[in-house]
Amino acid sequence: MTAPAAGPVLEVRDLEVAFDTRHGRLRAIDGVSFAIHPGEILGVVGESGAGKSLTGAAVIGLLEPPGRIVGGEIRLAGRRIDDLPPAQMRALRGREIGAIFQDPLTSLNPLLRIGDQIVETIRTHLPMSDREARAKALELLVAVGIPAAETRIDHYPHQFSGGMRQRVVIALALCAGPKLIIADEPTTALDVSIQAQITGLLKRLCREHRTAVMLVTHDMGVIAETADRVAVMYAGRVVEIGPVDEVIHRPRHPYSVGLMASIPSVRHRAASLRQIDGSMPRLDSMPTGCAFHPRCPRCLPRCTSERPALEPAGIARAACFVAAEAPAHA
Amino acid sequence: MPDQADIMLTVEDAACWFDVSPPWLARVVERRPRRLLKAVDGVSFTVRRGTTFSIVGESGCGKSTLARLVVGLIQPTRGRLSFGRVDEAAGAGAAPRVQMIFQDPYASLNPRWRVADIIAEPIRELGLMRHSVDIEARVAELLGLVGLARNDACRYPHEFSGGQRQRISIARALATQAHFLVCDEPTSALDVSVQAQILNLMRALQAELNLTYLFISHNLAVVRHMSDEIAVMYLGRIVEQAPAEELFAAARHPYTRLLLDTIPDLEAPNRSRAPLAGEVPNPIDPPAGCAFHPRCARAVERCRTETPELRTIAGGRAACHLVEQAA
Repeated sequence: MTAPAAGPVLEVRDLEVAFDTRHGRLRAIDGVSFAIHPGEILGVVGESGAGKSLTGAAVIGLLEPPGRIVGGEIRLAGRRIDDLPPAQMRALRGREIGAIFQDPLTSLNPLLRIGDQIVETIRTHLPMSDREARAKALELLVAVGIPAAETRIDHYPHQFSGGMRQRVVIALALCAGPKLIIADEPTTALDVSIQAQITGLLKRLCREHRTAVMLVTHDMGVIAETADRVAVMYAGRVVEIGPVDEVIHRPRHPYSVGLMASIPSVRHRAASLRQIDGSMPRLDSMPTGCAFHPRCPRCLPRCTSERPALEPAGIARAACFVAAEAPAHA
Repeated sequence: MPDQADIMLTVEDAACWFDVSPPWLARVVERRPRRLLKAVDGVSFTVRRGTTFSIVGESGCGKSTLARLVVGLIQPTRGRLSFGRVDEAAGAGAAPRVQMIFQDPYASLNPRWRVADIIAEPIRELGLMRHSVDIEARVAELLGLVGLARNDACRYPHEFSGGQRQRISIARALATQAHFLVCDEPTSALDVSVQAQILNLMRALQAELNLTYLFISHNLAVVRHMSDEIAVMYLGRIVEQAPAEELFAAARHPYTRLLLDTIPDLEAPNRSRAPLAGEVPNPIDPPAGCAFHPRCARAVERCRTETPELRTIAGGRAACHLVEQAA
């Protein structure tokens, strides 16, 4: 393994992803920029359709046609990867970028023993003999906490429970020692008590291996306990990005404020939950100016025509004219 | 004990077992025994009128089976479910109307029907109204009640977002003038900001129409927000039951404590939590004694052999030998 580069592992600048349809071009990701450093976990949150999974798919080069990158750039350890030919991208996936998806059953091949799947991935990317790869696979299964790994290595995916399968998927993502892991809703299909096990595992392994993680989820609780920084996405844009504590407890963007307030708390019972009226705009009827303005309680005349850029707001950054003018919003 | 007239639903020792035996030939040739999946195994509780009784638990604990028992979609293997009487001008002493709201608002609405027909179906089916003008007016009223527009009636389900579809489901349930709604994970498929809209709507409707809810969820924060009384289920049994505030203030059963400890907390995130080991056992082959003992940090010898009964303790009920001893 090479020593980690001094700069960020992943740098996404002004990324634009669009779908060309009969009715014109729909821009699903519209100017998204962020960076992730070695050993850092960046949480990406937002509601369905905000473009968080699509951003992950763009980074890993798995956009479904007709979706494609139409602007901006993606750099992995300084090297541009968004314009690589498919063969080179394929060599990169698994080797440099690992992926963990929501449903552990569909990310594993049901016809292959889990050990064989891990060995196959290791041998595709690393110069190892079958025997060495199998020893490494066993080591990984032990590291992700599979009990009785020596026997379990020869079992098929259906013989594992959901939580155990997700551990196997994590082992698979880590097996070639990637610099970056894209984890797309890794705990959504799991029960709460198992969820804590998986996020804890992910966090520990990434600290140990100095792997950068892009953790895509809609669950703010998972972000609060796992991520170092968080990016809040709305309608294909990052509306706020900053240290996790800051964004959760002192959100600046009215959307983040509304999002945090709408989550019921286990600590107390409120008379009613704060709700954001309306729903996220559809891609084909994106409002002008700030995409959130039709739902925003603090909308200014300027918000309807002019698009706010991500500007520093406290120690975070928010894309909002109101947040820029009057900082703290209690 | 609450007043008899105040009780909407009484469940007594309800059980629902599914036969998951191998085929007859395999049983005979390979001598494999019959197997039973005890999805719900001896559950008793009462729900008071105008309140929300919630059932929480992880996947496979039997909470959805219980919901289906209550609405009568499946028959109990053992035990009894009985509804209280509702006094109404129309039918004094009639049984309450029970309706269900499902988790997935995409699967629970007929995609080929207009919203007006979806909401009017129970009205027509039960013969509540005869004239189409009345039905039309009632549909418009229901749409207004759940926060949709009158002219949404002529649109199709695909034209609505998940939250709006769940509003249509609620309107359909209310169309029968239901008294009792069984809500099986009504907001699990929704985004948080939309979830807040639906939960607020459900509480407002409860206050306005004096509805009784049986609320099923795996999300403790949502349950706390909605409930008056909470029952925690584990592998087909209620392990603890208490008034909502009581349960969150002083959970007795180790499993409840574990659930409360593992939920990520926004206000005080526990970033260095020691996650609980183990998983929910296979309900076909549950552990002997207390089903929770393999995961319980405080399990003693007695827990491995003897199944604890759900006993009344101060502030609620719990099924745990240790809690019993401490009391």
